[in-house]
Amino acid sequence: MSRTALGMPGLRPGSGNLFAEEKFPSAARRELGNAQLRRNLKHATSTIRTKRLNVTGELPDWEELREAGSALKTSVMARLPELLEAFEANVTARGGTVHWARDADEANRIIHGLVKAEGVDEVVKVKSMATQEIGMNEYLEEHGIAAYETDLAELIVQLDHDKPSHILVPAIHKNRTEVRDIFLKEMPGVDPGLTDEPRRLAMAARAHLRAKFLTAKVAISGANFGIADSGALSVVESEGNGRMCLTLPGTLITVMGIEKLLPSFSDLEVFLQLLPRSSTGERMNPYTSLWTGVTEGDGPQKFHVILLDNGRTNALADEMGRSALHCIRCSACINVCPVYERAGGHAYGSTYPGPIGAILSPLMTGVEAEENGSLPYASSLCGACYDACPVKINIPDILVHLRGKDVDAHRGGLPSQLDVGLKAASWALSDGRRLGAVEKLLPLGRAAAGKDKKIKKLPGIAAGWTQSRDIPAPPSQSFRDWWAKEHKES
Amino acid sequence: MKIALFATCIVDGMYPRAAQATVAVLERLGHEVVFPKGQACCGQMHVNSGYFKEAVPVVANHVRAFESEDYDVAVAPSGSCVASVKHQHPMVARRAGDAGLEERATAVGKKTYELSELLVDVLGVTNPAEQLGSYFPHTVTYHPSCHGMRLLKLGDRQAGLLRGVKGLELLDLPEADQCCGFGGTFSVKNAYVSSAMLADKAANIRSTGASVCAGGDYSCLMHIGGGLSRQGSGVATLHLAEILASTEAAPVAVPGPAGQPVKVVVK
Ligand code: SF4
Repeated sequence: MSRTALGMPGLRPGSGNLFAEEKFPSAARRELGNAQLRRNLKHATSTIRTKRLNVTGELPDWEELREAGSALKTSVMARLPELLEAFEANVTARGGTVHWARDADEANRIIHGLVKAEGVDEVVKVKSMATQEIGMNEYLEEHGIAAYETDLAELIVQLDHDKPSHILVPAIHKNRTEVRDIFLKEMPGVDPGLTDEPRRLAMAARAHLRAKFLTAKVAISGANFGIADSGALSVVESEGNGRMCLTLPGTLITVMGIEKLLPSFSDLEVFLQLLPRSSTGERMNPYTSLWTGVTEGDGPQKFHVILLDNGRTNALADEMGRSALHCIRCSACINVCPVYERAGGHAYGSTYPGPIGAILSPLMTGVEAEENGSLPYASSLCGACYDACPVKINIPDILVHLRGKDVDAHRGGLPSQLDVGLKAASWALSDGRRLGAVEKLLPLGRAAAGKDKKIKKLPGIAAGWTQSRDIPAPPSQSFRDWWAKEHKES
Repeated sequence: MKIALFATCIVDGMYPRAAQATVAVLERLGHEVVFPKGQACCGQMHVNSGYFKEAVPVVANHVRAFESEDYDVAVAPSGSCVASVKHQHPMVARRAGDAGLEERATAVGKKTYELSELLVDVLGVTNPAEQLGSYFPHTVTYHPSCHGMRLLKLGDRQAGLLRGVKGLELLDLPEADQCCGFGGTFSVKNAYVSSAMLADKAANIRSTGASVCAGGDYSCLMHIGGGLSRQGSGVATLHLAEILASTEAAPVAVPGPAGQPVKVVVK
C-alpha cells in the first residue's frame, strides 16, 4: 500500500545506518572470499541452531507462545498512537522525561544536548541496536564525547573501529586470536603478555570496563520492552554489564524504537519465554533489568526516554510489511539463514543483517534508497527464517512483496535482461498453446548441448547459472506432446 | 477417482519422464488421469522475482485451465508449484484487486495436492512395494525441498514412500533441511551465494556414498544435478515419482552422470 493511499502526512524515511551502500550480490561475493569468516559463521550459527531447537522443542506450548507473541504485537501496532501516549504519561508521572525523535539526526541531537547538559565528555553504553541504527557513537565522537561500549563483543568491535556483523553476537566474524590482537593494540594499559584464552580476554575487558562504570556520570541504553500502562522499561542481557550501566551513573538515557511497546507488564510473560529461547538458546537469560521512572536514593536520579521513529511509521504504513515491526531482535532468523551464513552481516550494509534486515531496512528507508532495493533478493526463499521466528513474521512473503515494490519502482526505465526474459515468459506461460509452440523448439536446445548431453556455458545473465552447474540436454519432446500422441489428440 | 495432472512447466519441458511416471503410478492404483490442455505454469518464477503484474495472466491461465476440466483432485509432482497454487495464486489475484479471480484461485488451490500428499493422505499408499510394485535396487539419499517441507509441511511423506520401495537403501543426508541454493532467479541474481550453498549440498550428498539423490521437485533437482554433473560426481538425480514407477519387470535405469534422459516404461 502506498503512503499516499493512507493519507499520512509527514512520513519520513529512516536515516542513519540503515543502508546497503553496495548492491548485496557484489558485497556478498567479496565476503564469500573470506574463508575465516565463513568458518566462524558456520561454527557459531550451527551451534546456536542446535541450542535453540533443544529449548524450543522442549516446550509443549511453543507454537501457542509464538501465536500469542504474534497476536500481541499485531494489536500493539494497531493501537500504537494510544499506547505511546499512555507510555509517555506514565514515564512522566514517575519522574522521567520523554523525548520524541522523528529520525536518526533528531535523536542524536537530543542525546547530545542531554549529555552536554551534564557537563561530561564520556558516557557508558548498554548494548543497543537503536543507538547502532542512528550512528550515535559516531555522532557523539564528532562532538567531543566518547561513548564506551560495555558489552564485550560490542567493545571488541568498537576497539577495532569495525562494524557489528550480527545483532546478538556483534563480533561473530572475529576469532579469539583476532580479539587478543585487537586488545593488545587498542586497549590502554593492557597486559602485554595477554593470551587468547577466553577467560583471560574477559578479565582484561572487565578490568578495562570497571574503571569506566565507576566514573561515568551518564549511561545510554536501548530497551527490549517498554510497558505502556506503567512506563516501565526492560533490558534483557547476558553479561550484567548492562545492569551496571542502568544503576550506577546518575543520569540514564534510553533510546527506544516506538514499536517496542507492550500494553502491560503481564505481557512480558510471553516475551520473556520467547526471547531467550530464540536468541541465545537459553531457557532464561542471566539478567533481566526492569525500571520505572526515577526512585529517590536508588539508581539514576535523572531519566530520559527517546522514542525513536526513524522510518518505523514508514514500515507501519505498508500493510504487507508492517509485521516486520513485530521483531524482538532475537536473531533466530539470522542464525538459520543459509545466505547470512555464507555472506556474513557486513554484506547487508545496514545495522540489521540477515532475513530481518533484508525486509526491515528497505521498509524503513523505502526500497529506492541507496542499494536497499537489492536486499529483498538476498534470499532463496527457503523459509527457514519464518519457521524460526518467535513472533511468526512471514519474512519470505514480505521479501517477495518488497521485490514487487522494487520491480515497480524500476518500471519505465531501461529493461534488464531479466525484465525482458520474464515478460516474454509471462506471454508464453499464460497459455498452454503458446507454451506448446515454444516446446516444439526443444530439439534445438538438444542440438546446443555437447556430445555428453550437457549444456555447460550460457551467455548473459544465465552465465550465473552455468558458473557452477550444467544443464542437461532437453528431451526430444515435451510431456504435452507425448500425452497428445498417447491419447491421439491433435 | 478422476485426477487432473498439473505437469508444471519445468517437468513438461525438461523432465517429461517425471510426469509420465506420475501418470503410471496413479493409473496403476486404478485411477483415471486427465491432462487439462490449457495448463502452462504456476507463475512462481514471476511472483518470486517481484513481477506481480506479469504473474496475473499466468495465474489466470492456470485457474481457467483447471476449471475447464472435470476432476476430483489435481496433483503436481512438485511441492513448490503446489505451494504456489495454494498460497501465491490468491495473493496475486488480491494484489491485482481481482476478488473474483481470488475466489476461483482459492477453489482450485483447495483441490490441488502435491504427489506424496495425494498418495499418502488421499489414496492411502503405505507400502509402495506392495501397492505399486515399486522396485529400485540402489542406494538413495533424499533432499527434502524447502517449499514442500516448510510451506506444505510434507514431513516424512516423501522419505516414507522411498523407504517402502523394494530394494532401495535410503541413506541419511547430513544437513538435509538446508536449502540447496536454487531459489529460482536467486540462482542467477545472487549466483555466488547460490553456488556456495550448492557446493555444501553437493558435498553432503556425495558424503553419503549414494548413487542417486532423490527429491520431489525437479527445479531443485535440476540445480543439484547440475552441480553434481559439473563436479563429475557420478551421482544421479531422480524424482520420487520415477522411483515409485520403477518395477522389477520394468526397472528405471539410473541415469548416467551426464543426466541423459531415462526411458520410463509406462504401465
Ligand atoms: S524477525 Fe523474528 S527471528 Fe528475526 S530477529 Fe526478529 S523476532 Fe527474531
